[in-house]
Amino acid sequence: MASLVPCPHCGQRPKEEFTIKGAALTRPAAGADASDWFDYVYLRDNPRGAYEEYWHHTSGCRRWIVLTRDTVTHEVAASRDAADRPRSEART
Amino acid sequence: MRYSAFSVLLNGLRGNRNWASAWRQPEAKSHYDVIIVGGGGHGLATAYYLAKEFGITNVAVLEKNYVGSGNVGRNTTIIRSNYLLPGNNPFYELSMKLWEGLEQDFNFNAMVSQRGVLNLYHSDAQRDAYTRRGNTMRLHGVDAELLNREAVHKMLPFLDFDNARFPIQGGLLQRRGGTVRHDAVAWGYARGADSRGVDIIQNCEVTGIRLETGHVTGVETSRGFIGCNTLALAAAGNSSQVAEMAGLKLPIESHVLQAFVSEGLKPFIDGVVTFGAGHFYVSQSDKGGLVFGGDLDGYNSYAQRGNLATVEHVAEAGKAMIPALSRVRVLRSWGGIMDMSMDGSPIIDRTPIDNLYLNAGWCYGGFKATPGSGYCFAHLIARGTPQETAAAFRLDRFQRGYLIDEKGQGAQPNLH
Repeated sequence: MASLVPCPHCGQRPKEEFTIKGAALTRPAAGADASDWFDYVYLRDNPRGAYEEYWHHTSGCRRWIVLTRDTVTHEVAASRDAADRPRSEART
Repeated sequence: MRYSAFSVLLNGLRGNRNWASAWRQPEAKSHYDVIIVGGGGHGLATAYYLAKEFGITNVAVLEKNYVGSGNVGRNTTIIRSNYLLPGNNPFYELSMKLWEGLEQDFNFNAMVSQRGVLNLYHSDAQRDAYTRRGNTMRLHGVDAELLNREAVHKMLPFLDFDNARFPIQGGLLQRRGGTVRHDAVAWGYARGADSRGVDIIQNCEVTGIRLETGHVTGVETSRGFIGCNTLALAAAGNSSQVAEMAGLKLPIESHVLQAFVSEGLKPFIDGVVTFGAGHFYVSQSDKGGLVFGGDLDGYNSYAQRGNLATVEHVAEAGKAMIPALSRVRVLRSWGGIMDMSMDGSPIIDRTPIDNLYLNAGWCYGGFKATPGSGYCFAHLIARGTPQETAAAFRLDRFQRGYLIDEKGQGAQPNLH
């Protein structure tokens, strides 16, 4: 993992400024089945390769960002504000 | 060949030219009763106990690299059984008891050294939590001693007792805890399994799992198809990848954990000491190097290397505990891929596929569990029912709500 992480607002910033939440999953609707919620809370694709995850720029702009990162090479392909993630992707 | 003091002396006198290989390099047969995916500590231990305790010897262990190339050769070699929760404690104590008899059992010097594991506490609240954990351990028949500041000072006078932010008030000591030569564990189990007829096939990567009507018939590998009656997965950090070949999605994320070793020093730390105010643990190897580690890097990773930010964090925590560390030079650092489960506890269970068994989710507690994990997984495969101390490590516990969350962090693998 590179020591600098791109933030869409602040540019390249040291990794220590960020808090890592993990997989950027699609949140089920509030009334969804227990099995959908189980899948969302506990199951992970855990891919080897491209991965989308939520990072929080805790010691910077304090925005949530979605990082597209490779879990083998650690290269960051894209970084965007979580608010720009289409609502259909973030929630069902 | 059986190893003994006499055989060491005799071979020494003969210039060490007559040692036989510790295990064979067999070609894979076309079919086995049991195939174990993963030739690490857990896979080899499973094969060993299957052959020795349960009489199943038509077994192959498939390893994509070489024996000992994964986490069994990448950990900080600590063994302990100081767990709080009823689902964990008896299992880790079983593992500790197996460690205690291991070298005689598999006739290999694994350098099991019960030099003590000391967890420091830095506040009244932490003392109370440790008292509770220590009492729980004793109720389960595990040794635990709560030490006050003076007792810790007598053992380790060089700790930073008067640290302004995290003064050391005492510690919880498990004297039976300690360290083991990690490579020798892999070698000993490999040799023991091999001598009982298990085929250990190295450089053989599993690339697919063949299913027919919901039943595993064998595995596709880099050396061709190998059939089996039962398939057992013990692939640690790659568990999700292997399980996906059978269409399973696991409650696991793969994360990188780093470990470090310093230059060799004169005898300095005789046991294992852990910092209670941050994540840092250290012991001294028999060669003199300080072996230490800390937290996960925090991001999902399949690369066996970490980030400098974590190196700095570990060094800071170490220095806060032992100021003298500031002048110690680090010799090597490395990373291993941890199969972090969603509650921080492991899985030893059947899967929804009838003859597919899973051993995964060891987080970064896998090494100390090696004998217990192998024994319990072998028991499950041979008998079809969980070994009693591992009965809580079910795959469906997340769905049923029976989590074993030792740290109370919730479904956030990078915090366990």
